[in-house]
Amino acid sequence: MSDAAFICELVVMSGKGGTGKTSVTASLAVLAGSAVLADCDVDASNLPLVLDPREQRRETFTGGVRARIRREDCTACGQCKALCRFDAIFFDGPGHGRLPHTYRVDSAACEGCGVCHDVCPEHAIDLEPTEGGEWFVSETRFGPLLHARLRPGHGNSGRLVTLVRDQARQVAEAAGRRLILVDGPPGIGCPVIASLTGATRVLAVTEPTPSGEHDLERLLALARHFSIPAWVCVNKHDLNADMTLQIERRAAALGATVTERIPYDPAVTAAQRRGRPVVDVDHGPAAAAIRKLWERVRPFLADPPGPQLDTGRPAG
Amino acid sequence: MKLAISTRGQDVNAPVDLHFGRTRFFRIVDFETGAETLLNNARAANAPQGAGIQTAQTLARLGVQAVLTGGVGPNAWRILQAARIQVFSVRGGSVGQALQSFREGLLRPLTEKQVTYF
Amino acid sequence: MNLVIASGKGGTGKTTVATSLAVTLARHGQTVAYVDCDVETPNGHLFLKPMVTRERPVEKLVPRVNQETCLLCGLCAAVCRFNAIACLPDQTLVYEELCHGCGGCTRVCPVGAITEAPHPVGVVKVGAAGAIQFVSGTLNVGESTSPPVIRATRQAAPAADWTILDAPPGTACPMMEAVRGSDYVVLVTEPTPFGLHDLRLALEVVKTFDLPCGVVVNRAQPGATEARDLCRQARVRILAEIPDAVAIAKEYSRGQLVVETVPGLREIFDQLCLRLLEEVPKEKCPHEMRQRLEAAIRASSQSPATGPPAAGDPFSTPRLAAPRQREEPTRAASAS
Repeated sequence: MSDAAFICELVVMSGKGGTGKTSVTASLAVLAGSAVLADCDVDASNLPLVLDPREQRRETFTGGVRARIRREDCTACGQCKALCRFDAIFFDGPGHGRLPHTYRVDSAACEGCGVCHDVCPEHAIDLEPTEGGEWFVSETRFGPLLHARLRPGHGNSGRLVTLVRDQARQVAEAAGRRLILVDGPPGIGCPVIASLTGATRVLAVTEPTPSGEHDLERLLALARHFSIPAWVCVNKHDLNADMTLQIERRAAALGATVTERIPYDPAVTAAQRRGRPVVDVDHGPAAAAIRKLWERVRPFLADPPGPQLDTGRPAG
Repeated sequence: MKLAISTRGQDVNAPVDLHFGRTRFFRIVDFETGAETLLNNARAANAPQGAGIQTAQTLARLGVQAVLTGGVGPNAWRILQAARIQVFSVRGGSVGQALQSFREGLLRPLTEKQVTYF
Repeated sequence: MNLVIASGKGGTGKTTVATSLAVTLARHGQTVAYVDCDVETPNGHLFLKPMVTRERPVEKLVPRVNQETCLLCGLCAAVCRFNAIACLPDQTLVYEELCHGCGGCTRVCPVGAITEAPHPVGVVKVGAAGAIQFVSGTLNVGESTSPPVIRATRQAAPAADWTILDAPPGTACPMMEAVRGSDYVVLVTEPTPFGLHDLRLALEVVKTFDLPCGVVVNRAQPGATEARDLCRQARVRILAEIPDAVAIAKEYSRGQLVVETVPGLREIFDQLCLRLLEEVPKEKCPHEMRQRLEAAIRASSQSPATGPPAAGDPFSTPRLAAPRQREEPTRAASAS
C-alpha cells in the first residue's frame, strides 16, 4: 500500500504554440513504450496525427448548460437582460401572437450561470445541457491514447481536459501502466490550468525567440503557482545561441530544471508529414537529442517528486 | 465520530477512489452507532468546476470528522481545515482494507505541506 | 475596418503577420491600431516595442460575505453553478478564481450579507509604437477565464482606418471572443499536417460567424501544394505566402520585425494589403481610404528604396530609440 499505486503524469507544455511540443510528446511516447497518452489540446488535437490511432471508443461530451428562452412563454419583461452580466441576452428574438419581439440568448456568450433562469417570472427560461464535443479512447503502437475534440467555437475546454485526464488515469490504473504522457494546450488559461492541476511534472518545450521566452516565463509562473516541478527544453536551440542561453538562465532562476536542447532539424517536419514520431523514423540530430532528453528525465518518473523540490506531495 | 471513505463502488470490497472531489461515492461509517451508509457524490463529481469544494462542503454539513482518500487539492483543503475534518491519505486497496488500516492506527493525517492537486 | 488575425494552431506566425501588416499599413499612411487579444500569451509588444502610456486593470465582481450577518443558510452556495461559494456549519467561504461574477449569490441572500467587490483578472495596456496605436491585454497568471480581458482589450482600441486584432490561437471561447464582431478574418497557417488540420477547424469556426476570410500561408515550401488544395476545396483565397526561410526565423528570434529587416518581405506584405483591399467588405472600407492606400503602395514600389530600410528610415528610428517594454516598468511608464 505504498508506491505500487504511484502513477506519474508528465505534462508537456509550451506557453507559446508551435514550439514542437507535440513532436516531442509523440517521440517520448515511442521511447517510453508503455505509457498512456493523453492529448489535452482539445481544441486543436494534433497528437493523433502522428500516432496512427485506431479508435476503440467514442463518447459525447456534455459541456455544461446554456440558457434558452421559450419564446411562446416570454412576456418581454426584460428582467433576464437586466441581470445578465455576460451581455448574452438580446431583444431580437422572434415574436409571437402577443408580441413583436421576444428576448433571445446568444449561446456563445452565455456562461450558464442560471441567473436568468432563476429570475424569470414566467419560468420561460430553460437551462439546457450543450453538446460540447467528443472524446475518444484509441489504441496506438505505443500505448492507449485518450484524445478529444471540442466542438469548434465551444467553451468549457477546461472541463473536457479534466475528463480526458481522468480517463487516462483510469486506463493507466486498469492496465497497470505507471506513466501518463500528456500533450498540453498552449497558453496559460483555463485548459492549461486544467492540464496542470494534479499533474506530477511539467516538461516545458520552448524556442529561442522573444515570444518563446516571454510565454515560458508565464508558464513557469503558473507551474510554481501549482507547486509542480518543471523541466525546460529549448527546441531549435541553434536558431539563436544567445537567446537559448538567456532562456535557460531565466528558467533556472525561476526554479525550473534546464534539460537537453534539441537542434533545428527538418527531419522533424518530414516525420510529421509521414504521420510518424521523429524518433520512430529518423536517427538525425533532433531524434538523437530527444533520446538523450528521455534518458535524462526517465529516472525521475518512477517516484513522486521528493520534498527537496517542495512539491507538497506525500512522500509515499 | 463519522468517517468518510471515497470509493468507486457500493460495498466494502470496492476500491478506494484516490480522487477526492470527483469520487463517485463515499462510504460513511459512524463509529458511535456502527451504522454504515453510502453517499452518492454524483452531483459534485459531474460539476464543471469546483468538485472538491462541493464535496468538502457536503461532508462538512454532514458532520464528518475524518476522510480517507488519495489526496485533496487546496480548495477542498481550505474547507476541510475550516470544518476541522482530518484527511488520511490512502494509496490504494479496498474500502475494507483502508478501514482496517485506519482502525489499527497505520494512517497518518495529512498536513498542510502535503496537500496536492488531485 | 476590423481585421482579425487568427489561427487554429499556435506558433504559425500570427503575431508576425499581425505586426508586419500593422507596420506596412502605417508606412503607407493609414491610421492603424494593433490590438493584442492573445491575452494568455501576448507577444506583439516584443516586436513593436511600444511606449505604454496607460495601464488599466480588468476586474470582475466577486462576492464578499459579511460573516457577522450571514445566516449560514447556504442559499448562495446552492445557487452558484460554478461552486465558487461553500457554506459550512460556521462560515461561508468564497473562491474568487472560480467565480464568474454572475451576481446570483448577492441576489438570493435573504439578509443582504453579500456585497460585490472588484477582483483583478488582468490588465489592458495602451500606448503607441511609432505611428501605430498599440493596445494589449494580459491575463493575470492563475486566472482561468480570458474572455473578459479580451472584451476589455477590444473596447480599449482607438478608432483607426485599420484595427488589427491579434487573436488567441485555437478554436475555443478565447478565439471566438476575438473573432466575434470583426469585419474580416485572416487565418495564418503553415503547410504541415498539424497546421492544415488546425486550419480546417479554424475555418469551421469562421463559418459559424458567417464572416469573410482569407488565408496566409507561412513557412511556405515551393512545391508543397497541400495548403493550396485545402483552400481551393474550402473556397477560401490565399492572400499571401511567406517563404520558409532560416533568415526569417533568425530575425524573429532576435525580436526583429521581419518585414523591416528581411529583404523581399516588404513586397509580400504590400501585395497582401492590395489583396485585402479586394477582399474586405466594401462598406467597411471607404473609397477614399482604399484609393489612398493603393496610391501609396504603387508609389513605394516605384521608388528604388525597396528591401531593408536604410538607417535613416523615419519610421524605424523612433521605435529603435524607444526602450524595450518589460512587464514591471509599465507602471512607471503609465505615470509619465
